[in-house]
Amino acid sequence: MAVVQAQLHEERPLSFWRRYIFSLDHKVIGIQYLVTSMAMALVGGLLAMLVRFALGWPEASGLTPASYMSAVTMHGTIMTFFVLSTALTGGFGNFLIPLQIGARDMAYPFLNMVSYWLYPVSLVVLLASYFVPGGPASAGWTAYPPLSVQGGTGQALWLISLAILIIAFLFGSLNYITTVLQLRTKGMSLLRMPLTVWGLFITAILSLLSFPMLLAASIMLLFDLLGGTSFFLPFNIVIDGGQVTAAGGDPLLYQHLFWFLGHPEVYILILPAMGMVSDIMANNARRPIFGYKTMVLSMAAIAVLSFLVWGHHMFVSGMHPLLGTAFMATTLVIAIPSAIKTFHWLATLWRGKLRFTPQMLFSIGFVSVFVTGGLTGLVLGSPALDMYVHDTYFVVAHFHFVMASASLFGIFAGLYHWFPKMFGRKMNERLGRIHFWIALPATYATFFPMHFAGIGGMMRRIYSIEFYDYLARFEGLNQFITIAAFIMGAAHMLFLVNFVWSLKYGERAEANPWQATTLEWETPSPPPHGNFGEELPEVHRWAYDYSVPGATTDYIPQTVSPRPVAAPGP
Amino acid sequence: MSSHPTQPQSEKRLGRATALLIWLILALAVASSAYALRHWWSPPLINSEAAGIDRLFSVLWILLAAVFVGVQALLGYFVFRYADRGEGRASYEHENLRLEIAWTALPAVLLVVLTVLGGGLWLRVQGAAPPEAATVQVVAQQFGWTFHYPGPDDRLGPIRPMDVAVGNPIGLDREGPGADDVVAGELHVVVGQPVRLLLTSRDVIHSFYVPELRLKQDAVPGRVTEVWFTPTQPGVYEIACAELCGAGHYLMAARMVVETEAEYQAWLASQNR
Amino acid sequence: MTQQLLQQDRRSAPPQGPARPGFDGSGPGGSAPGGRVPRPGPSPATTATWWLLAAVAMLFIGFTSSYLSRQAGADWAAIPMPPILWLTTSLVVASSGLLEWGRRSGRRGHPERQAAAVSGAAWLGLLFLVGQGAAWRELARAGLFLTSNPHAAFFYVLTLVHGLHILAGLIWLLVAAARIRQAHPQAAQAVASGAIFWHFVGTLWIYLWVLLFWL
Repeated sequence: MAVVQAQLHEERPLSFWRRYIFSLDHKVIGIQYLVTSMAMALVGGLLAMLVRFALGWPEASGLTPASYMSAVTMHGTIMTFFVLSTALTGGFGNFLIPLQIGARDMAYPFLNMVSYWLYPVSLVVLLASYFVPGGPASAGWTAYPPLSVQGGTGQALWLISLAILIIAFLFGSLNYITTVLQLRTKGMSLLRMPLTVWGLFITAILSLLSFPMLLAASIMLLFDLLGGTSFFLPFNIVIDGGQVTAAGGDPLLYQHLFWFLGHPEVYILILPAMGMVSDIMANNARRPIFGYKTMVLSMAAIAVLSFLVWGHHMFVSGMHPLLGTAFMATTLVIAIPSAIKTFHWLATLWRGKLRFTPQMLFSIGFVSVFVTGGLTGLVLGSPALDMYVHDTYFVVAHFHFVMASASLFGIFAGLYHWFPKMFGRKMNERLGRIHFWIALPATYATFFPMHFAGIGGMMRRIYSIEFYDYLARFEGLNQFITIAAFIMGAAHMLFLVNFVWSLKYGERAEANPWQATTLEWETPSPPPHGNFGEELPEVHRWAYDYSVPGATTDYIPQTVSPRPVAAPGP
Repeated sequence: MSSHPTQPQSEKRLGRATALLIWLILALAVASSAYALRHWWSPPLINSEAAGIDRLFSVLWILLAAVFVGVQALLGYFVFRYADRGEGRASYEHENLRLEIAWTALPAVLLVVLTVLGGGLWLRVQGAAPPEAATVQVVAQQFGWTFHYPGPDDRLGPIRPMDVAVGNPIGLDREGPGADDVVAGELHVVVGQPVRLLLTSRDVIHSFYVPELRLKQDAVPGRVTEVWFTPTQPGVYEIACAELCGAGHYLMAARMVVETEAEYQAWLASQNR
Repeated sequence: MTQQLLQQDRRSAPPQGPARPGFDGSGPGGSAPGGRVPRPGPSPATTATWWLLAAVAMLFIGFTSSYLSRQAGADWAAIPMPPILWLTTSLVVASSGLLEWGRRSGRRGHPERQAAAVSGAAWLGLLFLVGQGAAWRELARAGLFLTSNPHAAFFYVLTLVHGLHILAGLIWLLVAAARIRQAHPQAAQAVASGAIFWHFVGTLWIYLWVLLFWL
C-alpha cells in the first residue's frame, strides 16, 4: 500500500482543483454529491419549517398565500429531486458501488464528473428562480398543467433545472449500471453482491427507464409555457349538455407521463435505503441478512411493479373506473414484496446480537416508519377510500413516513455507518444516539397526527384553514404538528453539528471499525486513489458471513477463501 | 481485530431504552388514535351511496391497526430481547422456506380480499347514476364554483369558457336549451333524491370535495367528469377545492344546501334565469 | 456528451504501473480490473450504449404516447409532409450503409478506408441536419409554425429532440474516426458503440417519419 501511496505522490501531483473540485475519483464525487445534498436539505428543511409555521400561525409566519405555495412547491421539489435522489444515488451510489464490488473506479470517471457538475448547475438555475419577477414555481412539485402554464419565468427555470438534473441522473445511472455489470472483481458474482449494491443497481435501472418520461413531459410543458404550443392545454372548449364538443390538449396526458416517472421515483428514493439498511442491520445484529435471495427478488419485483401502478395517483382525475380497478390491483400487489422485506428485517434482528450504534438505531427507525407509512398505502391504493382521503393530509402523512422519513433515516444510517470510510474518523456515537432519540419521536409527533387531519377532511396545500368551518377543530392540532416539526428540524441539526465536528475531532477509525464483511472495509479508511492495493481483492463468499458456527471470529470478510475459516483475514 | 467495540452491559441498557422508546411511541399512537376517533374523525356521513366507503374504511383501519401494533411491538421486543449481552453468538440461520412462504401467502390472501372488496365498491360508487337523478353542471374557476341547473326543459345549454363575460360567469349560451337554465353560486339539492354532478373547469384543474359526502372528483378543463350521490340529511355543508389551483386554492369554498323538495323549488324560482 | 462515454480520461486513471495489469486500458473500455478473469460478453462501452438506447427509447415512447393521445384533440389538423424529408430519410439510410461498409473494410484490414467511411457517415449526418432545417423552412414558408397546430408542434419538437441525438452521434463518430487514424487502443470499441448508437438514431428517424406522416 505504501508503494502505491508513494507512486501517487510521485507520479500524479494533482492540484487542489483536480483532486477535490473537478475530481474524477468516485469517492470524491460521492462526497461532493452528499455534501451538496446536505446543503440543499438545509434549504428544503427551512422551507418545510416556513410551511409549518404558516399552518400553525398564518399571520406570524409572514408568508402570503402566493409565497406559501412557492415554499410548498420548492420544498417538495428540492427534497425529492435535489436531496433524497441525489444523496442516495449520487452520494452513496458513487461512493459505495466501486468499493463494494471491488472496482478501482466507475466505468466512466469523466462522465461521472460531468454528472456531478450538472447537479450544481441545475441547482443554480432552480434557485435563480427566487430572483426573477413572479418568484419561483408555485404549481406544486407535480407541476400539473394548466396551472403550471400560468406560471412565469420561475416555472420555466424549474423545468429547465429539472431537465438538467434528469440528464445528470441519466449519466449517473449509465455509469452505475455499466460498473456493476462490467467491473465486478473476481469472484463477485451477482448473487454475492451486498444488498446495498443491489438496491443501487436496481435503482439505477429504474431511474434510467423512468426519468426520460419526465424529460419528455417537461420538454412539452416548457413549449406550452414559452412557445405557445398546446400539448397539454385545452383550448376553445365548448361543453354542450355535459358533452365536450371541442377541445385541444389534455391535461391528464401530463399526469400520466408525470406519474409514470413519479411512482418509480418514490422507489428510487427507497430502494437504495432498503439495501443500505439491510447491510447495516446484518452487521449490527452480527447475523446474516434473513432470506438474501428473497430480498433481492422482492427489490426486483418492486422495481418491475412500480412501472404498473402510476394510475393510483389519478383515481379521482376522471379516469375510467375499470382502469382504476386495474391500477388498484397492481398497487396492492406491490405491498407483498414490501411486507416480505419487513418480515425479513425483523427476522434478521431475531436471535441476533444487537449493537446499538447510531446507524443501527436509524435502521430500526427506518423499519418502524416504513411500516407505519406503508400500511396507510393500502387505504390510498383502494380507489373508493382514496376518493375520500386523496389530496388530504392523510396522503401527506403517508408519503412523509414511507418515502421521506424512511429514505432520510436510511441516509442517516448510511452516513453514520460509512463516515469512517469516507473521512477516516468516526462520528460521535453518543451525539448520534441523542439525535435518534429525539428524531424518531419527533418524526412520529409531526407526521402521525396528519392522518387525523386528513381523515377529518383537511386538504393539503392550503395556506390556511380559516375559510372552512369544519376545519376549525384542527387549529390546535396544526400548531402541535408545527412545534413537533420544529423539534424534528432541531434534532437533525444535531446531526449536522456532529458531522462537522467529527470531520476534525472524531475518533480515528481503523480500516474496519464495524467488523464488517464487505470489500470496502478491506482497504484503509479513507481508501487511497484506486481504492485497493496492488491486487484487487478476490471474493470467495457472500457478504453475510456473520456468526458462522465454528469460526474464531463472529465475521468472515468476503475475501477469505473457504479453507481457512478458522483464521479470517486481516 | 475481534475486539468488541462497545461494552455488552451498555448494549443491554441501550436495547432496553430503544425498546421503551418504540413501545412508548406505539402507545401514544394508539392513544391518540382513540382520541382522534372522537374528536378528529371524518364528519357524519350524509350520502346513502357511500355507506360502503365508511364500512370498508373501518374494516381496513382495524386490520391496519392490528398489523401496526403487532409489527411495532415485535420490533421493540426484538430490540429489547436480542441486545448484545456479551455472551454467546448470534444465530447463523438465515433461511426458512416454510416461514417465508407463510409470510408471503398471508399478505397475498389479505390483499386479494381487499382488492375484491375495494374494486367492487369502487365500481358501485363510480357506476352510472339512476335515470331519475337530477343533473347539475358544476363549473370551477380560480377561485370559486358556479352551479348550472338545466331549468324546466331538463336540458343544459352549451357553455363556452371563451364567452365568459360580466353577468355570464360560465359563458352560457342563452339561445336554445340554455334559455331557462339557472346559474347560481350555491349547490342546492333535494334530500333523498339522487343528484348527478357534471364537473368541468374554466381554467385549471380543481377538485370538488364534500367531506360529508365522502366524495371527491377532479374538475378538469376540456373534460366533463361525472359523480353522483344521494343526500340524506338536510343542512348546509361546505364544498372545498382539493386540487392545488393557485394562490387562492385555500379560499375556494362554496356552500351545499340540502333541503326539501318544496324549499328547493322555492329557491329555484327565486333565482333569475 | 457521448464521446465521454468512450474515453477513459487518462489522468483519471488511478495509479497504474506494470504491477497493475489490465487496469490501464488493456481491457475493453480501459477499465477491466486486474486480476479479474475476463468475462465473455459485451464490453463496457457496448453495455453502456445499449442502456443509453433504452433511455432514449423511453424518451421517445413518452413522446409517441403523447402524440397518439393528442391526435384525438378536436383542433388536430394534419400538416403536409415537406418533400425534402424523402431526401433526409435517404441520407440517414445512406449514412448507416456507408458506416457498415466502412466497418467491414476495417475488419478486412483497411483502417484508412474505415476512418474515411466513419467520418463520411458523420458528414452525411450533418447533411441530414441541414435537410431537417430546410424542412423547417419549407413549413415556415407555408405558414406552419410551432404554434399553428398540434401536428406542426409535434413535428418541430420531435425533429429538434431527434436532431440533438443525431448531433451527439455525429460527434461520437467523428471521435471514433479520429481514434482509428491514431490507431488508438480503444478505436474498435468507439466504432462499435458509435455504430450501435448511429444505427439506432437513424432507425429512430425513420420511425418518427412514419409516425408523423404515414400513420
